[in-house]
Formats: sequence, structure tokens, C-alpha cells
Amino acid sequence: MNSSGDAKTKCDVSFTVNGEVKRLRVHPMERLLDVLRNELGLTGTKEGCGEGECGSCSVLLDGLLVNSCLIPVTQADGSNVVTIEGIAAHSLLHPLQKAFLECGGAQCGICTPGMILAAVHLLEKKPEPTQAEIREGLAGNLCRCTGYMQIFEAVTKAAQQRVVR
Amino acid sequence: MANSKEGHIVGTSAPRKEGRDKVTGAARYVDDMVLPGMLYGATVRSTTARGKIKKISFDPRVAWDEFVVVTAKDIPGQNCIALILDDQPCLAAETINHPEEPILLLAHADRHKLRKAVEAVSIEYETLPPVHTLQESEKQSTIIWGADNTFKTFLVEKGDVDSVWKDAAHIVEGEYFTGAQEQLYIENNGVIAAFDPEHGVTVWGSLQCPYYVHKALMALCGLPEDKVRVVQMETGGAFGGKEEYPSMIGGHAALLAMKSARPVKIVYDRMEDMVATTKRHPSRTRHRTAVSKDGKILGGEIEFVIDGGAYATLSSVVLSRGTIHAGGPYYWPSVRIRTRAMATNTPPHGAFRGFGAPQSLFAMERHMDRIAEVVGISPIEIRRRNFLKPGQTTTTQQTIHENIDLDQLLSRALELSDYHAKKKHFAVENKTRARKKGMGIATFLHGAGFTGSGERYLNSLVGVEARADGVVRVLVSSAEFGQGTNTVLCQIAAEALNLPYENVVIAQPDTTVVPNSGPTVASRTAMIVGKLVQSAATGIKHTLAEAGLLSEDYTPEQFRAACREYLAAHGPLKSEVRYEAPPGVYWDDEKYRGEAYAAFAWAVYVAEVTVDLTTYSVTVDDFVALQEIGKVLHPVLAEGQITGGVAQAIGFALYENVVWQDGRMVNNQMTNYIMPTSADLPPIRVFFEQNGNIHGAHGAKGIGELPMDGPAPAIVNAVEDAIGVRFHSIPLLPEDLFHALEEEPPVASSSLPAFTRGAR
Amino acid sequence: MRADPADYKLVSPGSLQSVLALLSAEPKQWLPIAGGTDVMVLYSAGKLPNRDLVSLWNIPELRQVEVLPNEIRVGAACTFTALRNHHFISREFSLLATAASWTGGIANQNRGTLGGNIANASPAADSLPALLVYDAELTLVSIRGERRLPYREFHTGYKQTALEPDELIRDISLPRRFSGYISYTRKVGARNAQAISKVCLAALGRIANRTIRDVHLALGSVAPTPLRLNETERMLSGKKVEPSLFEAARRTVAHEIRPIDDIRSTARYRAAVAGNLVVEFLEKLAAESAHS
Repeated sequence: MNSSGDAKTKCDVSFTVNGEVKRLRVHPMERLLDVLRNELGLTGTKEGCGEGECGSCSVLLDGLLVNSCLIPVTQADGSNVVTIEGIAAHSLLHPLQKAFLECGGAQCGICTPGMILAAVHLLEKKPEPTQAEIREGLAGNLCRCTGYMQIFEAVTKAAQQRVVR
Repeated sequence: MANSKEGHIVGTSAPRKEGRDKVTGAARYVDDMVLPGMLYGATVRSTTARGKIKKISFDPRVAWDEFVVVTAKDIPGQNCIALILDDQPCLAAETINHPEEPILLLAHADRHKLRKAVEAVSIEYETLPPVHTLQESEKQSTIIWGADNTFKTFLVEKGDVDSVWKDAAHIVEGEYFTGAQEQLYIENNGVIAAFDPEHGVTVWGSLQCPYYVHKALMALCGLPEDKVRVVQMETGGAFGGKEEYPSMIGGHAALLAMKSARPVKIVYDRMEDMVATTKRHPSRTRHRTAVSKDGKILGGEIEFVIDGGAYATLSSVVLSRGTIHAGGPYYWPSVRIRTRAMATNTPPHGAFRGFGAPQSLFAMERHMDRIAEVVGISPIEIRRRNFLKPGQTTTTQQTIHENIDLDQLLSRALELSDYHAKKKHFAVENKTRARKKGMGIATFLHGAGFTGSGERYLNSLVGVEARADGVVRVLVSSAEFGQGTNTVLCQIAAEALNLPYENVVIAQPDTTVVPNSGPTVASRTAMIVGKLVQSAATGIKHTLAEAGLLSEDYTPEQFRAACREYLAAHGPLKSEVRYEAPPGVYWDDEKYRGEAYAAFAWAVYVAEVTVDLTTYSVTVDDFVALQEIGKVLHPVLAEGQITGGVAQAIGFALYENVVWQDGRMVNNQMTNYIMPTSADLPPIRVFFEQNGNIHGAHGAKGIGELPMDGPAPAIVNAVEDAIGVRFHSIPLLPEDLFHALEEEPPVASSSLPAFTRGAR
Repeated sequence: MRADPADYKLVSPGSLQSVLALLSAEPKQWLPIAGGTDVMVLYSAGKLPNRDLVSLWNIPELRQVEVLPNEIRVGAACTFTALRNHHFISREFSLLATAASWTGGIANQNRGTLGGNIANASPAADSLPALLVYDAELTLVSIRGERRLPYREFHTGYKQTALEPDELIRDISLPRRFSGYISYTRKVGARNAQAISKVCLAALGRIANRTIRDVHLALGSVAPTPLRLNETERMLSGKKVEPSLFEAARRTVAHEIRPIDDIRSTARYRAAVAGNLVVEFLEKLAAESAHS
């Protein structure tokens, strides 16, 4: 972590990340993305654009999908954050992670954490999404490698598995 | 993935080797890595397009003694990015030739202080008149590079072009343009460099070609081969945008590391990456074709010109590929193809999937529809009458030996896309609807591997080694960046050795560990490197057999035992294979004639579009991509390459516009540079045919770039089908449709306002 | 990331009164930030001139949606997701719910707020034309008290608003009198999702006997502010909905709007498409009035 400046302009923030409570002393305008990556070492969340367009920085904040590059960390105070590191249950992959692997949903992998978070969020809100709903749910996550087709397949497959379960 | 006696791992969708790391966030990209004592590096760049540096001032309010400062004077070796012509400086010393040209480098432990320091350097220039368009460059009234602004020219001649015009029933002319395109990998360019006098320079980076960077660093840092080490990290997309550029950013980080003796990380943000790094070469193609009464091409002239930006970099090779593909998959009895790469004062353009072929094939496929119209036959029929057949020669006089039947491929694509029925239906519907629909096709080819003697020049070396526990490790410099290198090469090795896929791993590309198997470009990895991996893996088997440790049929346990014994008795068990050019393959670099590529993949693409006359926008509703690719090594990966390439090409055709102002990209943010989202793309339906290929692993041909060539012309052909208006330029934006439909005919290029494309 | 967090202050007083007290004590000093989907983009690009920010994110009274007999009052910090999901808003103010679904992707809708969209005052903002045609009213508050302002008076120039330096938007009132109106909205952007609009039309019409009794039209991205098409509305009022009306409407629209060339599009394109959208709305009125 490398922000310069006065220790007294920092403030205390605490929030839960992937089930663990974290207490930090940070500048209030640190982006949640940078705090996750640099303070907490959770580098699974990526920066692709810094303008809330690509969705690579997507995380769940109190159950809602957000772009962490646009969140001042103090606004996450008291919240529950879930990052890609918190999606698998220890070594057991989430059905979406398995489906991404089976269907080719991840190629270069840089959009994948955000994409999976967006898909997790979608399936929580709409367990049986139509193709149009999948497209809309993922429209804020840009993928340059796949052309999206195999990502849609992965989400459809994971949805079917959950329904079966 | 169970392994049967015959193998059959190749041809199945084996699990992506690094897939689990990617879906769990464990994959390590450059910016995820931090080294102890690491500094951050940044680049001070030119704000003028062309001129001389008069003065560099450092704001005295900054504590400059805290910073590492590097200028051209600090370069220990040669101030250039060694590539082909070596004309591009690493840091501008006196002369500036493009906006955002790097001038000096700063490093500091605090990223924020660093950024403020970059802003605290002011540079005064004596500006010189810049050249910003192809026409200006060709006019040569201002010379900005060499003697005549020309990086490279090619001339391809076949038959007797000058004699075809008199017998021609039709002479068809056309002029076609393609704009710049940003690769837009979701991970920006980034590297970390470290230096110590004992080991030399190490660079970890997001890159495609570790040995390109290695060569460039040797020259820049003045270090011998064994004092430069390049390691590829997990790379978040590349598409050619990380073919040559990493030598520049890697060089910058290395210089800062050498000066400071601390590790230095340089990672661009999106704005810097878009404004300062390479893009697809804009192009202009002119066709003049002599056609017989019944629609057969008698001959023609093709002029193909690309804008290379300020320095030569890879323009000669892009030009080469564009030249060779300019005639499409057709038989030309006679042809003259004249091509040029010109200089302009813009950041150098570079490699991007397709590498010249999407540009010249756009023109060819638009032109075929034009020829059809003049002759009075359909776009289908004109192609049937001119397709290359086995035994015929291409424009470079390469004989097609393989049994390709383009006629049948076209018929199949038309059936898969329901082309005829839809066209008929749309013709009726369009009469009464404001949303007009149309169908368009493109038929094309893509040569895999380096051109002509290129593969011989690359002289690729591949290694496979076996460990005492029976695990086999593939050693190549071929990089994984999503296309499936790791997976496919391990499949091939596993199949060659009749071992379970899980027993084969691949080394991270590290120039101290892996040999130079050539760059990860030109659709060569599966086909050429794969074949070498196959040979090298087979070599392991033979070594063990010759040592009497392995019989012809063996189990994985027996293999493991044999390895253990061999290593104990003889030491390392490694097999290396070097590329050998196939016999009887002849290429003339002077006349640009002969066997250009070891293999061509062939394709027919069909686009169904809607043109909405309320908003003048074009959407692609359905897309069929049918291609003959030799052998599908991995169904999921192969399909992924095609859908991804088609998506990028749809962007190329309809969405991705670089807005230039004085040689600088001004829409350098994702908000304003538009790539398609999941809500914009049609279902992309992918189909393969597999006719084999004697030169490729398991008969595979390269496919990485093929899908970039067809969609744009298919779409623009479909737009013409929908509304009867001919467009010759991409990206085709709603504003262009509006202009063509509702306003005067296009105005002359010199009076185009600033917010239009610069390709013209 | 082109800003140094150490140079910025972000305070979160947590109640409306304390925020207002701060704005009053140091006027023009504190920039309110709600979901941050506009402010943080500028900040990251190094283009945010303000150094002191006050958070509106954690103020419950700004998030409520009150359903009253004659109006629905939407708290300024209501997110686009909340707007889309609200039963009464999606039913009675569908143009606003639709605009909310167009504003960025899901992640941005979860954070972006209606009040933020209004206060940021971009003429390209998606929800503003809908607010104009719904005759929205804003309640502006300061420690001095509150006042109600018709939304159509809020935007005074390009990114200029009627907000006093110590004022906040507290809520947006939507009068519940548009059942029986035919509604239409369309956004034209560079792509289907996550696009800044090139032109955006929101329209409401009430017809009887194929005659236009009342029509509200508002366009985004064709003027320095979101624009209610007063002239075109006057011209259309009382007219029979038939094709001969359409060209006259197109001409009046062209006369009223002030589109520009910018990095996304051209003035001529915007003008043409704006006219086309209005005609498309009138065609919808014609089609639906054929059934009435």
C-alpha cells in the first residue's frame, strides 16, 4: 500500500470480507478495489478500466453486485463483501465455476472473477433466467475473448443444475 | 479424462490446464505481484505529434532526489526497440515523431507521488509540420520517415495483367477503407523488472513473445543473452497487442530497475494503454478487375496501402500478410498487387489478430459483391465461378494441393444459415417495415504460420522432459493468453506418449527454462509448435525404448518406472526437436512468389442483419461461421476461438471507432471506445470441417486469426442487401448510414470534420 | 487511478440534518456523493476539482419511496435498481423504470441514484426526460427549510442547476395522473447496454377520438439541458393523429433542439433521429387510437 499523506486523514473502517471481519485504517476515498487488492491481498478482483465500464472489479456488497472501482471504502463500512475468493466453498467449486470450466467460459481469465460474481448475483435474483435475462445480467461485464456464447452456456448450465438440485 | 490405448485425448475437450486458477481468482497476473522494495514506474510522454525537444523542466516544488529519473542518456546499450528495422527509439532523445512518444521515465515507491511528478515535468517543443493521413504521407510533400515516408513495398505479379483489359466484358473498380482498431485486452499492458549485476535483468510481464522481449532487452541494456531473463505471467488477453509492445514497456521498466537497483513495476491504466500503444493498421485498398461476360475474373490490379504510424515496427510483416491475402480464395489468372506501408505521425500501429488480412479481405469480399452486381449475377454465383480449386494456383502461384471444395463449403453454409429462404422472406417484408433485414456472405482463407521462409528463419526449438515421477513437462516459449496453448500442447504430448492428460504439465514461459519455440502469433502455435511437441514427446518414448526400459505398449506406471530408472542411470531425460521446413516448399522473397503458407484454413461466413431506419443502426441478428480447419484438437477451445474472433470482428465492422485528433486517440476510455457487450451480439453458430493437414499436429491448421477476416465484409454485404446502399468503409456507424441515406454524397476527405475516421 | 486518496476528505455524518448543517457552514466546499457512479469516475480520471466530499449513501430518509394518493415521492438516494423493482413505479411510471434499466449495467444500477442523476445534470442522463414528461417536482432542502420546484425549472444551463450551494434534493414527486396515457420511450446509444445516449425520447400522450388531448415530449442529448419540447407539444395539441401531422412535428422538433457534434455523434444525426423518434411515437399514438 502506498498512499502518501497524513495518518490523521485516515479513518477506521471495518467490514466483512468473505466471512471474515477486517478492520483497517485507510483514507476514506481509497477505492474499495484498491483496499481489497492492496491492503487485504485479495488480488482476484481486477482493474480493467477504472471507470465502471468493464465489470472486472465486480464484487458483492451486501448481496448486490457493484463495481468496486467506484466505491469509496468508507461507504463499505459495516458491510458484507464477497469477492471471487469467497465463491468457492474451500476446495469445492461453486456450480458456476464448474460450469465455466466445462463450457469454456474463461479464456484469458481476467474478466472471469467479475463475470462469475455477476452470474452469481443473477442466479440469486433469477434462478431460472431466460437467455435475454442472462444477457442483461452480464451486460456490465465486458469479455474480449469469448464473444460471450460460452459464458451464456455456462450460466444456463449452472442454472439447470441448481434447479435440479 | 480417461486415456484409452489408442489415445484420443486430442479431439476431446480436456480441462483447461490453468482453468481452476482462473475461475477462483488464484491466477497471477502482473499487477497481482509485488516484490520487496519495489518501485512504481511511469512514463513522461510527448504532447506534440512532431517536433524537436527544446527544453525539459522539472518543477522545483517536487523533491526530485526521491525519484529515479531515466532519459535516453541513461540507456546502456542501443536506444532502440530491436524488432525489424530498429528505427524506433526506446526514449526520444531529440526528435518527436508521434503524440505520446515516451521521453523520460520516473520511478518512486509511492504511486501517487509518482503520478504527480509526471505532471510536474514540462517539456517545450519546436513543432514541425506533422502528417496525419495516408494521402498526405503519399503526397510526400512533407517527409517524416526515410526518403519517402514508405516503410515497405511489395509487388506481386502473376500472368499478364496488361493484356486482360481488352477482352474484359466488364471492368469493375472499387475503393475500400478500414479504420484503426484497439485490441482492448481487458488487462492493460504491465511489467515488473528487476536487476542485479550478477543475474542481469529479469522482466515479468503480460506478453505473447518472451524471446522478442529478450532480444530487445539485450540490445537496449547492452547485456549478453544469459544476463537477460524474461518470464511470462498469466496474461489477460493480447490479440497481438502484446506481441511487440512489451519490448517497449519492458525496456522502460528494465532501465529504471538498472538505474535504481530496485524492482520496478509499470502497469498502464486504460487511458494510457489506449492512447499510447499499438492498434490495427488503417488501410485503403483499390481494386480494378477485368471480368468476363459470365463473371469469371480474368485479372486485375490491387493496390493495398496501410498506415504504419511513426515507426516501422511490424508494418512490413502486416503488409506482407495483407498482400498475400488480397486476392481472397479465388483463382486469378493474372494479377498485379502493389502494396505499401506508409508513415504518419501517430503512435505506431501494430499486430492485431489477422494482421493485415482482415483489411485486404474486407476489400476483396466487398468487391466480389460489386462485381456480382455489375455482371448481373448473385453474390453466391460470382464466388462459385471463381473459387480456387485443387491444382490451381493462388496469387503468389502457390499450388493448392489439398482437397478443398469451396463450392460445397458455401452450399453448406447457406443451408446452415437458411440463407435463401431468409433472403426471399426479407425481400417481401422489407417493403413495409422500417427495420430492413438482409443477408450477406464472405468467403475467405487464412494462412497459418509465418509467411514463406519465416518459419525456417524462426528456427523454433521445442523441448519435452520427463521427471522421475513420470510427469512429463512441455518446454516452449509459446504463451497462454486465453486461446488454450497450455491445454492443447499438453493434450498433444499426452496423446503422443499415451499417458493420461493429468500426467502432462507445461512450464511457465521463462527464457532461462524454455527454448525459443517462436512467438505466439500468426496462428502457428497448435499447428507448428504442436507438431514439434508431438515429435519431442515421441522422442522421450524412443529414448526410453532404446535404453531398453520401455516396450512398445506400456502403462503409465511402467512409464514412470522407466523414467525413474533412466534418470538414475543417465541423468536428465529431455527431448528437443527443431523445426525443419517441409521439403519441396519454395518461397521467393524477392518476387513474393511461391508457397506462402504451409496451410490455409478456409471459411464461409453468413451474417443476418437488421438495419433500423429510425436510428440508422445495424444489428447482427444471427451469424453462421463455417470453416475447414484441418482437425479440431479441442472442441470447446476451437469454438471459443471462433466466437471470440467473430465478436471482435463485429466490433471492427460496426462499433469500434478510434476518434483521432492531431494523431492522437481522443476517445481513449471504455465509455467512449465502444466494444460489443453481451447485449449486442447475436447467437454465433460455429461449425467445423476437418480435412486434415500434413504439416500440422494431428492434421490441425491454425485458427486463431481466421475468424477476424470474414465478419466485417459479410455484415457490410448484408447491409447492402437490406437497404440497397453500398458502403465501402468500416467501422460502419449509424452516423455514416444516416449520412449516406439522408444527406449529400460523401464529401472529399480533406473537409471531413475532426470527429470522423482518419483512414481516408 | 489518477487521484491521491490522501488529498481527499469524505465525511459521512449519517443524517440529513448534519449534512445540511455542513453544507450551510461551508457552502461550495462540500460535494455530495451518493452512489458515486458519476463522481468516482471523474475522481479516478484525476478530473474531480473538489477535495471535500460528504456521503449521502447512509441516510435512510433519502432512500424512502412514499406512495401517497396523489403522488409518489421518491427519495433522492433511491437507486435505479430500487426504482425498477418498485411495484408502483414500474406500473405507473414505466418510462422512469425503463430509463433506470438503461442506466449502465446492473452493478451501476445498484449504486446510481435518481437524485445523483438529476444533480449531475448531464443532458445525456437517461432518467431526466422521463421526469420531465411526468411533470415531476423536486423538494429541495437546506437548513433554512424546504421548497418545492417543478423539475422543468431545475436545469438552467449546461450542468447548471437551480440548487443553492447549501441545498440538496431530498425527494422527487411524481403526480399519479398518467393512467390512460400512452407512453413511449427510446434511447439511442452506441450499443444496447452501457451506452451514453446520443438521443433519448420520453413521451406521453392522451388521445380521444383520434385527437391529441395532451402530449408531453422530452429529449435528452439534444441541448445543454434535458429538453421538454414545448413548441412541438403546442403544435400537436388538439390535432388529429394522422401521417400529415408527422412531418410538421419533425420540423418543429428540428426547430426546438440544439444538438451538437461531440465525441460520440454529430448534430445532424441527433437532429434526424430525434425527429424519427417523435414520429415513431406519433405512429404509436395513431395505431393505438385506431383501437379507441
